[in-house]
Amino acid sequence: MDVRTALFYLFSAVLLFAAFRVITARNPVYAALFLVLTFFQAAGVWMLLRAEFLAITLVLVYVGAVMVLFLFVVMMLDIDVSHLRAGFWKHFPLAATIGALIALEMAAVLMGGFRPTEEPRVMPAAAAAAQAGVQFSNTKELGRLLYSEYIYPLQVAAVILVVAIVAAIALTLRHRKDTKAIDPALAVRVKARDRLQIVKLPPVRPAQPEAAPSAAVETKA
Amino acid sequence: MILTLGHFLTLGAILFALSVVGIFLNRRNLIVLLMAIELMLLAVNMNFVAFSHYLGDMHGQVFVFFILTVAAAESAIGLAILVLLFRNKESINVEELNALKG
Repeated sequence: MDVRTALFYLFSAVLLFAAFRVITARNPVYAALFLVLTFFQAAGVWMLLRAEFLAITLVLVYVGAVMVLFLFVVMMLDIDVSHLRAGFWKHFPLAATIGALIALEMAAVLMGGFRPTEEPRVMPAAAAAAQAGVQFSNTKELGRLLYSEYIYPLQVAAVILVVAIVAAIALTLRHRKDTKAIDPALAVRVKARDRLQIVKLPPVRPAQPEAAPSAAVETKA
Repeated sequence: MILTLGHFLTLGAILFALSVVGIFLNRRNLIVLLMAIELMLLAVNMNFVAFSHYLGDMHGQVFVFFILTVAAAESAIGLAILVLLFRNKESINVEELNALKG
């Protein structure tokens, strides 16, 4: 067993354990953190597959942005976990059976079908680079493909991201009625007469009318 | 013992099966459902990268790139809907989502 195989089994074992903890963790914060561990291990496996750029992207984009978003939302919401987990293990036998069935069937087919392709085929670009005596760069090759052959899909992906930003902000935007904050523009533009009202009052009080209770007493007598 | 394409594909298959089990188990907790979907996409990406490496074809990695983009957009909108839901219903229980009117 060489180093590469040993690393593969190490990464796979930790990845599967972390994935199992994601789906069974009691606290959603732990689930999110185990998902981070899962992504790190997947990045390691992709490194073994010589996909360096995607491995780095997975860590930067997923761990750095998406999982932080998850953590923000999980911590912001006050989730009643005990209510959500009522009867959690009730369906576990069925779920485990179906999951094991899927995994075993797929493993049987895949290990049977793809074992012969042992040696990875060398990419044409990598072979050309080796012949020219320069180092093959995965990132450079990916960038060349993205910005030449896949330029229209790339633009569509950019549009999808913009739509997602606009949608996410528009969905969660709300104008609160109970806040005491005022518009800064209004505060700057205010004049003295808006704040202060001068009222003319007579210097002496007008004479009070005779009190009513005394008259009532008189009629009674 | 040498690593074959089958090893990586099997890893992806087990990961996919685990996330299916996760959807079964956490059918009430919307946020863990979203995480299980992320795991599924990771399994798919694993297959793409493995095929790309073993068949010597760069296009598989470009597709992983696009899947990452769409997954990021999906989780952003999903979490926004989740926040909105919690604001209106005070709960993220899937079983309480039975009315179209907010």
